[in-house]
This record gives sequence, structure tokens and C-alpha cells, in this order.
Amino acid sequence: MTACHFSANIGTEIEDSVYGRRKQSMIRLEDISVKAVNGDSEIDILDNISVSFEEGKFYCITGPNGGGKTTFAKVIMGIIKPSSGKLYFNEKDITESDITERAKLGIGYAFQYPPKFKGLRVRDILKIAAGANGDMEHINRSLTNLGLNPEEYLDREIDGSLSGGEMKRIEIASVLLKQPNVIIFDEPEAGVDLWSFDELINVIKENHNKNGGITIVISHQERLLSTADEIVVICNGGVQKIGPAHKILPQIKSDICCKFRDVCRGDEDAECDR
Amino acid sequence: MLNAIDKKLLNTVADLHDVPQGAYSIRKDGAGLSINSTDNIIVSQKKDRQGINVIVKPGTRNQSVHIPVIISLSGVKEVVYNTIDIGEDSDVLVVAGCGIHNSGSKESRHDGVHEIIVRKNAKIRYVEKHYGEGEGTGKRVLNPKTIVHVYEGGTADFEMIQIEGVDDTYRLTEAKLYKNATLTMTEKLMTHRDQEAKSDVIVELLGKNSSVKVISRSVAKGSSAQIFQPRVIAKAEGKGHVECDSIIMDNGKIRSVPEIWAEHPLAELTHEAAIGRIAGEQLIKLMSLGLTEEEAVKIVIEGFLR
Repeated sequence: MTACHFSANIGTEIEDSVYGRRKQSMIRLEDISVKAVNGDSEIDILDNISVSFEEGKFYCITGPNGGGKTTFAKVIMGIIKPSSGKLYFNEKDITESDITERAKLGIGYAFQYPPKFKGLRVRDILKIAAGANGDMEHINRSLTNLGLNPEEYLDREIDGSLSGGEMKRIEIASVLLKQPNVIIFDEPEAGVDLWSFDELINVIKENHNKNGGITIVISHQERLLSTADEIVVICNGGVQKIGPAHKILPQIKSDICCKFRDVCRGDEDAECDR
Repeated sequence: MLNAIDKKLLNTVADLHDVPQGAYSIRKDGAGLSINSTDNIIVSQKKDRQGINVIVKPGTRNQSVHIPVIISLSGVKEVVYNTIDIGEDSDVLVVAGCGIHNSGSKESRHDGVHEIIVRKNAKIRYVEKHYGEGEGTGKRVLNPKTIVHVYEGGTADFEMIQIEGVDDTYRLTEAKLYKNATLTMTEKLMTHRDQEAKSDVIVELLGKNSSVKVISRSVAKGSSAQIFQPRVIAKAEGKGHVECDSIIMDNGKIRSVPEIWAEHPLAELTHEAAIGRIAGEQLIKLMSLGLTEEEAVKIVIEGFLR
């Protein structure tokens, strides 16, 4: 299990999410656990997570590598089945629904590492994503918005000839074309050059403002975290903190200062919450 | 002249809706049905045996010739020998292919030999589709043999496709490449049920700077079996690459034996082969866009065999 960089403040912050249940929420996880076999023992990838995501809010999930963020996202999409717990979408129990059913309900997931397809072209996957309302103008615009020239990319195969950054942009374009009400982006910044990162944030933000559903972005980028309505810190398989960005972000920074510096430098680099 | 079944077969194997414009030969149920030449492409019946000659005059450019074969009678067995001669400096498209509709209990079988000569600096794109259908118990068998000579500076682009309904097939392709000649051969194969397919390819690089790329992509479903043995032999300073890539499903069996063989110190040969199931991540991605698992499998296979 990964060492947890973040500590303290567990109790009070989680209560917020418990209160959140009473509000109108679109996605609610109740005591979700995911177990995996590791050698002879069983480990908890996710350990009794209960959290709600409310309509109209922009969430960022962060936390150390191996903490369970991607597993969390895949549980919502139906890619990973929880060993126990319940998942609700608009108060409907969707714990047993498969990926296709969830996609049709309006849940979408942009992969951290999008799969490659031999022979399948960018055009093909975008057409599938756009579905019935997918005219070419719409599809072309989805690529242009992500900095890809449709003429150059539509007929390219989604295989090893595309770079990591190109794969990510096409992945994001496909999920945005699908227009789900709940979208989870799994580290959208990975492989995308820093010059284009601001543009990428804009596209995701604009989509959120237009769409009005729930956007959940797994990210480690402060520039993205600082724009979130709420930040969820997932660590050691649990939700460690949840709250407004202005409250959570300084705590994260403070924890990291404590972790990596031998001598306490007070609030020189971050707001010390101790 | 052509009934509905004939038209469907022609459409599937040669993208033809009816008798084509330009040069063609349509063979049906063991006999020549219709034949036509143009000023530059002469199509004629062979005198000494079953089959046709296609002679493309030197310098013929941007023209095509269709030479499909259809069999809709159960129990037709034929051996056909075709010679296709592409004159110097020409650039043409040749569409071959064979469709069998077998509604009876007897085996229908077409053994076609195509000898293709690509003269100096000529260019050919050759498309061959094989297809079988019909409700009968009679087997649909296709055994194509293709012999290719690509002379100095010639370019040959071959696409051979067998997607559906052929019960047994043994394909043999032999190619000889001379100085500066290039051959790209793409073979696409899908087998179902208890079908069996075997494909041997033997390419000899005989001239300096000759180059070949042999690519085979296949899908084995049901309890079908496939064997691939592509071999590139470099007897001169040439380049060769062999690639076998297969998706295995259900209880299919696939054997891939790519072979490279150099007899010249400056030859450069490579090969790669892979057999595997459809990657789970590919299906998950497509399902997360709203497709069912069956739809996702179909899309992945269609793309793979495109």
C-alpha cells in the first residue's frame, strides 16, 4: 500500500459528503469496497468509500499514485465491479448495471491510457461517439477544439503511430462528443504538452458550463485543482478529504511541505494548517 | 443474363452492380459468360485450356479490368488458368475474385491460377475477394494460386480478401522480384465454424533494391483453423518484411510461421507475428461509448480486417 502523503482532517471533511446525500445528487457511492488478491493476501484497493457528487459541480480528484483514483473512476463507469457497496445514479441503484447501460444512462469516462486499435480510424471512433446526432461538422469541431486538424487526423488509425498526447486528445474528443451528463477525465494532462494544457482546461471547463452535469477530473495539476468547485483527496483506498478548493488546496500543499522538508519552514511555502 | 444471385455475388467480390464498363471477363458456372476488350486492354479466351489472357498495352494509365468468377450451380468443379500481362509504364487496377453460391449437397470448387507479369516500370493494383454463401450442405472450396513476376522498377500492390463463407481454402502465392521492383501483399482472412484455411506465400528477391512487404491479418472464429507460412528469400540486396497478425476467438486454431531467409550479405529482412484475443480495453472503450459487447466485437474486427 502506498504511503499516504496527506494526513489529518479526515473526520470533519467527510461529514460534508455525508450531508451531501441529503441534497439532490446524481452520483452516490455507498460503502463501496474493491478488493484484490495480492499473493496470498487480499488487499483493499477501495475501502468502504461513501461519497456523493452533485449536479452542476466541477470536481477534482487527487492523491498519491496507487491511492485508488483510477479504480474509483472505473467503479463509476462499471469497468470494475465493487466487492461490496452500492452505486446510485439519480437515486437509481446501478450497482449491477454493465458499462453499456451506464453509457446509455449518461456516464462517460476518458481513459488515462486510451487503448489502441489496429485498423480503426479516428473517424470511426468519433462517429460511434457522436451517435445519431453526429454530423461531420460536429465531429470536425471536436477535433479542432482539442488542437487537432481534422483533415490530418480523421483518416489516421488509432494505433502506435499516434503519440501519447495525440491519443489523449482523441480520447477526450470522443467522450465530449458523446455528451454524457457525468464525465470522468482520468489525468487528462498526461502526455499533453504544457503549452496546450491551458487550452485543454478551457475545453473541459466550457463543456462543463454548457452541459451542467457533473464533471470529475482526476488530476495532479494545481492550475486545474484551483478551478474546481470541490476537491476530493483519495488515498490508501479511502476518501481522505473533500471540500471546496480554497480550503483543501492549501492543506495538500502544507502536507507535502511537511513530508519533503526536514525542517519546518512554517507558512513560508504554503499555508500551514497545523 | 445475370440473375439476382449472380448480381449479389458480383457485387460482393468485384463491387459490380451489373456488367461493367470497359474491359472485363465474367465467368459463370464453368464457362465464359461475357467478355469485352478496350483499345488498350485486350481480354480473350485461352485456346488451349480454360481461362483468359489479359494483355495491357504499354503506357496504359488509369484504367481497370474486372475478371470475376461466379458459381451458383452446386457441384461445379473447375480449374482455370489466367494470364495477366501488364505492359511497360502502365498503371492499372485489376479486380479479380470469386463468389460461390452453393444451395445443393455437392461440393462447388474453383481452382484458379493467376499468372501476373508486371513489366518494366509498370504499376498494378490487384484486388481479389473470395466469398461463399448458400444454404446447401455442399462445401464451397477455393484454391487460388497466384504467380507474380515484377520486373525492373515495377510496383505491385496486392490485396487478397476472404471474409466469409468459404469452407476450405489453400492459397499459394509465389512472387519473383527483379531490380528495383516493389511488392506489397496484404492478405485478410476470416474463418467461421469448421472452415479450414491454409496460405503459403513464397517471395524471392532476385534483383538489387527489390523490396517486399507481406502483411496478413486474420480472424479465426468457431472451431475454424488457419495456417500461415509466408516466406521471403533474399537472393540479392533487397529488403523484406513479413507480418502476421491474428485475432483468435471461440475455439479457433491459428498457426503462423513467418520465415525469412537471406542468401545475400546486404539483404535486410524482418518478421513479426502475433496471435491474441481482442484486447479487453478495446471492448471496454467502445462499450463506454454506448455499444453492446457484440457490437464492439464487430467494430474491432471490421477495423482489423479493413
